[in-house]
Amino acid sequence: MPEISAEQVAHLANLARIALTEEEIAHLTTELGQIMQAVEQVNQVATPDVPPTSHPIPMQNVFRADVVTDDVLSPEQALSGAPERDGDRFVVSAILGEEQ
Amino acid sequence: MARVELMDYEQALELFEPVIGLEVHVELNTETKMFSPAPNPANEKYHGAAPNTLVSPVCLGLPGSLPVVNGEAVEKSISLGLALGCSIAESSRFARKNYFYPDLAKNYQISQYDEPIAFDGEVEVELADGRTFQVPIERAHMEEDAGKLTHVGGATGRIQGAEYSLVDYNRAGVPLVEIVTRPIFGAEGDAPELAKAYVSTIRDIAISLGISEARMERGNLRCDANVSLRPRGAEQLGTRTETKNVNSFRSIERAVRYEIQRQAAILAKGGAITQETRHWHEDTGTTSPGRPKSDADDYRYFPEPDLVPVVPSPERVAELRDALPEPPAARRRRLKAEWSFTDLEFQDVVNGGLLNEVAATVAAGASPAAARKWWTGELTRLANASETDAASLASPEHVAELAALVEAGTLTDRLARQVLEGVVAGEGSPQQIVDARGLAVVSDDGALIAAIDEALAAQPDVLAKIRDGKVQAAGAVIGAVMKAMQGKADAARVRELVLERAAAAE
Repeated sequence: MPEISAEQVAHLANLARIALTEEEIAHLTTELGQIMQAVEQVNQVATPDVPPTSHPIPMQNVFRADVVTDDVLSPEQALSGAPERDGDRFVVSAILGEEQ
Repeated sequence: MARVELMDYEQALELFEPVIGLEVHVELNTETKMFSPAPNPANEKYHGAAPNTLVSPVCLGLPGSLPVVNGEAVEKSISLGLALGCSIAESSRFARKNYFYPDLAKNYQISQYDEPIAFDGEVEVELADGRTFQVPIERAHMEEDAGKLTHVGGATGRIQGAEYSLVDYNRAGVPLVEIVTRPIFGAEGDAPELAKAYVSTIRDIAISLGISEARMERGNLRCDANVSLRPRGAEQLGTRTETKNVNSFRSIERAVRYEIQRQAAILAKGGAITQETRHWHEDTGTTSPGRPKSDADDYRYFPEPDLVPVVPSPERVAELRDALPEPPAARRRRLKAEWSFTDLEFQDVVNGGLLNEVAATVAAGASPAAARKWWTGELTRLANASETDAASLASPEHVAELAALVEAGTLTDRLARQVLEGVVAGEGSPQQIVDARGLAVVSDDGALIAAIDEALAAQPDVLAKIRDGKVQAAGAVIGAVMKAMQGKADAARVRELVLERAAAAE
């Protein structure tokens, strides 16, 4: 029986930089637990003779030619969904973290 | 900030054995990005583009956008892996590295985790004195670069104290290969130099393969240096720190040396090293703590469901292997012979990290001697003065052009140095600077003769001495003429003319 603890939910929220109240953590712990149980049903089907897979379709080597296409956005398009901008750059609040 | 204690380097080595590990990121110079058809700013053609002009929906992680692998980037990664002596994976796949930071808009970086494209290699690295080390490579994997953040507010623009940040996603999605060494033992006091020489070797390899612009000052090549110390005789590795932001060859050497001295001082006092990321500060030559390794390092890698496995065909891998260029160490041996340099002359070039610059300058038409002279002489002096790498100051084409102007007699060495300063200052090509600043040697004998006659008339005693055969007296006249010409004359030609005019004088 898969379970998720309130501590794990709080940890995940912290990683995702989402502030949760105690009530929200409790609520999500229940909900995520149910989701995990649903997923667990798949594990019951996966017998040892079924190899793990990361992709549902048996495909490999799907490549794109190294050519620029017209998918490139103008800065106006790129920034059109930005909550805040400064010139042609996105403004984000300072986060105490680091580039990876 | 508390004053950091450093132990004397020799003493640190008596007490401790340094162990280093290096992570080098190489930005590939493909036309487009790793997973998107947007132009790649790590390609010379698109370098310096205005913010957010090289982005597609994939680069911004917009809903509904899907990554597609750039086949050319995979081939270049395989070539690099082969040049590092690695095995190429029969099957390789991408993974998501999850983290929330605005340098990537989709909250994860597509990288590789358990199935890297290349693994188990070895690279021959040569130190300045000719000794070689085999550096063991653990893996080389493909991933995408992150966007560029500019922190605004706070005293220095560094992260702490920043009020907000500006994001440019042009770099988001640039194809990267991350090369990770195994722990490197046995370098001892040469560990800092080996670290530098290793990164320099990676650069040489990347350039010879033509897979990257490989310019450190542009971030095409970046190095994180892991350093740990263990007491003499100990089996177990010490706690390591990872120094980031090391952006020049010179800094790599200094940063590793600094960490050895810093850690030794702490350990000798019975203290413990904190496992952490540290930032290198070029200006002060020190490192400072970044964030400690923590819960935030929980990246929850999982296979990237949007991409299918990469299964290189053995035939293609064999073709790429056959097409590999000469390894750097062998190339050095060949060039040294071709250029007829002495050991010392060649070492000067190699130690300065200038082999490629000299080779490119020779290829652009300069003589090996002239190419060596400008790179290891004036350009190195200017680089030292501004604490940067000579390679970042001028292009081989410009240096070759300068050498040609000297060769043609348009410039004296002295004038050429002024022109070079102009090149470094970004004023244009040598010829443009000669024209703009009016620096060319006065090769018009008429103008020289007028100045000489004037100088001779002003110093009749000198004229008399010259006519008496005291040729060395001509120096005073030559000096006066050079001054009148503001240095823009070839002193040897002036001397010839002075002797001629003196002989001809009434």
